[in-house]
Amino acid sequence: MLKVTIGQYYPAQSFIHRLDPRMKLLCTMLFIVFLFFVNNFLGYAMAFVLLATVIKVSKVPPKFLLRGLRAIIFIIIFTAILNIFFTAGETIVFEWRWMRISQEGLLNAARMALRLTMLIIGSSILTLTTTPIQLTDAIESALKPLKKIRVPAHEIAMMMTIALRFIPTLIEEMDKIMKAQMARGADFDTGGIIKKARSLVPLLVPLFISAFRRAEDLALAMESRCYRGDIGRTRMKQMRYALRDLAAFIIILSFIAGIFVLNHVAAVYGIW
Amino acid sequence: MEFIVKAENLVYKYVAPSSSDENSAGDTTDAGVPLLALNGINVGIKKGEFVAVLGHNGSGKSTFAKHINCLLQPTSGMVWVNGISTADEETIWDIRQSVGMVFQNPDNQIIATIVEEDVAFGPENLGIPPSEIRKRVDEALATVGMSEFAGNPPHHLSGGQKQRVAIAGILAMRPDIIVLDESTAMLDPNGRKEVMKVVKQLNEEEGITIVFITHYMDEAALADRVIVVADGKIVIEGTPAEVFSQIDELKAIGLDVPQAAEIAHKLRNHGINLPQGVVTPQHLVEELEKCLLK
Repeated sequence: MLKVTIGQYYPAQSFIHRLDPRMKLLCTMLFIVFLFFVNNFLGYAMAFVLLATVIKVSKVPPKFLLRGLRAIIFIIIFTAILNIFFTAGETIVFEWRWMRISQEGLLNAARMALRLTMLIIGSSILTLTTTPIQLTDAIESALKPLKKIRVPAHEIAMMMTIALRFIPTLIEEMDKIMKAQMARGADFDTGGIIKKARSLVPLLVPLFISAFRRAEDLALAMESRCYRGDIGRTRMKQMRYALRDLAAFIIILSFIAGIFVLNHVAAVYGIW
Repeated sequence: MEFIVKAENLVYKYVAPSSSDENSAGDTTDAGVPLLALNGINVGIKKGEFVAVLGHNGSGKSTFAKHINCLLQPTSGMVWVNGISTADEETIWDIRQSVGMVFQNPDNQIIATIVEEDVAFGPENLGIPPSEIRKRVDEALATVGMSEFAGNPPHHLSGGQKQRVAIAGILAMRPDIIVLDESTAMLDPNGRKEVMKVVKQLNEEEGITIVFITHYMDEAALADRVIVVADGKIVIEGTPAEVFSQIDELKAIGLDVPQAAEIAHKLRNHGINLPQGVVTPQHLVEELEKCLLK
């Protein structure tokens, strides 16, 4: 059976889990934006301390977070290598034929790697401590101001909900089609990457046809249950801000203010 | 007598998509010829009635069901629900609130990732206040016996359980009529029993009008009235006892009869004195006991 890890949720009772999803989304965005303002290692250290504290409070085992990193380790290494070789710098550390590695390049590579790692960890904390439904609700309310310029906030959120709902159904179906094809002699395991990719075609075609049929059925079912977009719609579960959300917001804001001060100090005194 | 659903000379014409892939030779000339899925249906369903609509594939029974909920509009003729014409654009949402539909595939009608959120979907669309939705969702789940699964994701439920969730989702909208469009066709025998039990209970205890579309004779035998549809027309209509005693007519349009009715029919032909209108196994057993004791 195939395993799904998209939007994985780690169920636990913690301060972070109980935070309003909108606040979590906002704090994560702020954290990510400001990661890109930091350009000194003292700042990264501070960001790391904050992340570590949040992880500790959230009760998510660090093992879980690292598992998420494994999938993108290639991207991190790739970016780092690009930065090492393609940053023009004055202090040359190493030179051989066309290769030229500068001190600036090494620093840049380290910065990018740290940024990406913390960015991924930060956003995984959001998805690990928020149920998919809460997350879509938060996204809907975050996009609400954009409704004025005709961004279909409600529709985007509804599509996300339906996509999440159908992931297990479609995976189950894929599994069935795969077994049916294997029973008739299809081979998915041997051969090179091209042969393997080609063997997926007879899998994807029936899967897509069935997905379209499901979409049609679902549209009919939604319509017969009076769905007409978000006109006059209410929600059973309403989101309410609590005191803890304010507390979380203040912590993040003071952290960001701290980084700004540090950035300034670093610039003035020339610390990297 | 006031009818809650009424159809008069209902005709629905549709143009079949060219099916050159499936039936290649000689059929190409037929592609695009309009077909009459419904050809003059006249029917009245009373409040609180349990009506089964029988018919084989392509008989038009599902097309009829979709007219009750304004999912389809008649080509000609009229359909009224609660005295309101379904052709009126303004009242479509009122009709859809009072007519709930349960479809065939349990997987394709559940919208949310959590059972209770799915049940809340209908009332949310109606703009009901959150506290009232909460109350309705809890009640609806209790009625169909799914309260303990309220917080579960739907994909771990059995087919029968999923259909019960779908029924709960409709109950939470407080409908007068529930239309089940072959809702048991994809279920195993246990799932069918579960759904049938819930539907029976809703009809008897809550007084909800049921339109039950099926091709299982044994399910139709439990209804107050059976309507048999073939080629877009109503061919036989009456109580299960009346309908299922017309065994030859049913067989002529390619339908089976409930097993009990068929056994009774054959026994009668062999000279055993059984009354007309035996359609359920329990009734057959009672009548046979009477015969043996004589």
